[in-house]
Amino acid sequence: MSAEGAIVAGSLNIVLGLAVLMAAAALLTWIERRLLGVWQDRPGPNRAGPFGVLQVVADGIKLLFKQDWIPPFADPVVFVLAPAIAMVTVMLAVAVVPATPAIGIIADLNIGLLFFLAMSGLGVYSVVLAGWASNNKFSLLGGMRAAAQMVSYEVFMGLSVVGVVMLAGSFNLLEIVRGQQHMWYVVPQFLGFVVFFIGGIAETHRLPFDLPEGENELGAGFHTEYSGMKFGMFFLGEYIGIIVVSAMTTVLFLGGWYGPVLPPVLWFGIKTGFLVAFFILLRAALPRPRYDQFMSFGWKLMLPLTLLNILATGAVMLAATSI
Amino acid sequence: MLSVLVTLWGTFLHLFQRNVTVAYPEEMPYLAPRYRGRIVLTRDPDGEERCVSCYLCAVACPVDCISLQKAEIEGRWYPEFFRINFSRCIFCGFCEEACPTYAIQLTPDFEMSEYDRRNLVYEKEDLLISGTGKYPDYNFYRVSGAAIPGKDKGEAERERKPIDTRSLLP
Repeated sequence: MSAEGAIVAGSLNIVLGLAVLMAAAALLTWIERRLLGVWQDRPGPNRAGPFGVLQVVADGIKLLFKQDWIPPFADPVVFVLAPAIAMVTVMLAVAVVPATPAIGIIADLNIGLLFFLAMSGLGVYSVVLAGWASNNKFSLLGGMRAAAQMVSYEVFMGLSVVGVVMLAGSFNLLEIVRGQQHMWYVVPQFLGFVVFFIGGIAETHRLPFDLPEGENELGAGFHTEYSGMKFGMFFLGEYIGIIVVSAMTTVLFLGGWYGPVLPPVLWFGIKTGFLVAFFILLRAALPRPRYDQFMSFGWKLMLPLTLLNILATGAVMLAATSI
Repeated sequence: MLSVLVTLWGTFLHLFQRNVTVAYPEEMPYLAPRYRGRIVLTRDPDGEERCVSCYLCAVACPVDCISLQKAEIEGRWYPEFFRINFSRCIFCGFCEEACPTYAIQLTPDFEMSEYDRRNLVYEKEDLLISGTGKYPDYNFYRVSGAAIPGKDKGEAERERKPIDTRSLLP
């Protein structure tokens, strides 16, 4: 392929990737509400357009046309910056996710997994800065909770994938998926899978781990003062976050694009969609834990489990090579 | 930990259950016959108004939404006007319980929205229906001792002749 051809193909991948991602995230807001409805024996939004799909458009128009309000007591620069960080970090994290060997923005990156972890780590800034810049006690409490939650869950989210890296021998996500041609890593790394997914929920601060928002105690937590499209960016960021975490779980543990009969892209989509639906099921089913329960669950259960997982994986691999 | 999985599974099973929600304007919900909705004034089997304007409904009403005025023609009491302000009514049904003649009754109809609040004040013409409601055979003046044209004292159902206090005969 010539240089121009590579550039065109690369730009096409980026534009298409972003378009698909934004559409999927917007659609996900509607899908979530419909699915929640199904699990709560009610229809959900079903008025606008066929099956209520146009609800997405209505919500988008509403968010765009709301007054772009910055409270007088807020720190205006940081206040505007925070939602931008929320969007940018999750969208950058998408860049390394390979849907198939051909579809992916910079999928063939030798530190792909580290890049993803780094971006989800940077995502903390959006929430903390939003809480700080709002200059509001509930927002600040939400931001502090978010900082503690994301930093501590980041620890074993990173550690839980070490087992996968050991098995695949690479940080390159393409290589990791290729290593699962015969067996998905969810089988030897079941603990890692569970911990990574729980960490992913905490990382996207989705229910039941939405303590930074905690409607009933903090009023909406870090985004109490946000409205209009700035709130919309947090909202979209959260939904893109769900998609990214689901896609990463698919890539790391569920064999990425591998599967019989159907084309690879479809397999990737099915697996990711299944995990996204599971995210929503969690929201429908589980109550939010108390904050100290949540922290002790992380440090006293998840962290030892992850370390044990690494230890066991290492021991098995050592035994396999020494025989 | 197990309880989390049980909850997840239980919630998932709701996928196969029918919606509780009824899509109201397209699909009418079933209302029980004793549903407490729009208030009506019923008539005797003879077609006369049942209301004897005793004011008990107005007294029982906790929000004072009923107002009426007694009038009388040849021994029959009837309301000169009877007015219910439905923007105040809380559909508690106390008026129906208080009514001694089964005149005031609540019906399974709640579609009475108005754009103008004044239109929620129902007059007697709006409240009166031509039927007998829930008690088809009841007729107050046929069972009570009150004398009206065509029915003197002692001529009601299961009523004895009045005692002649001027006579010594048994």
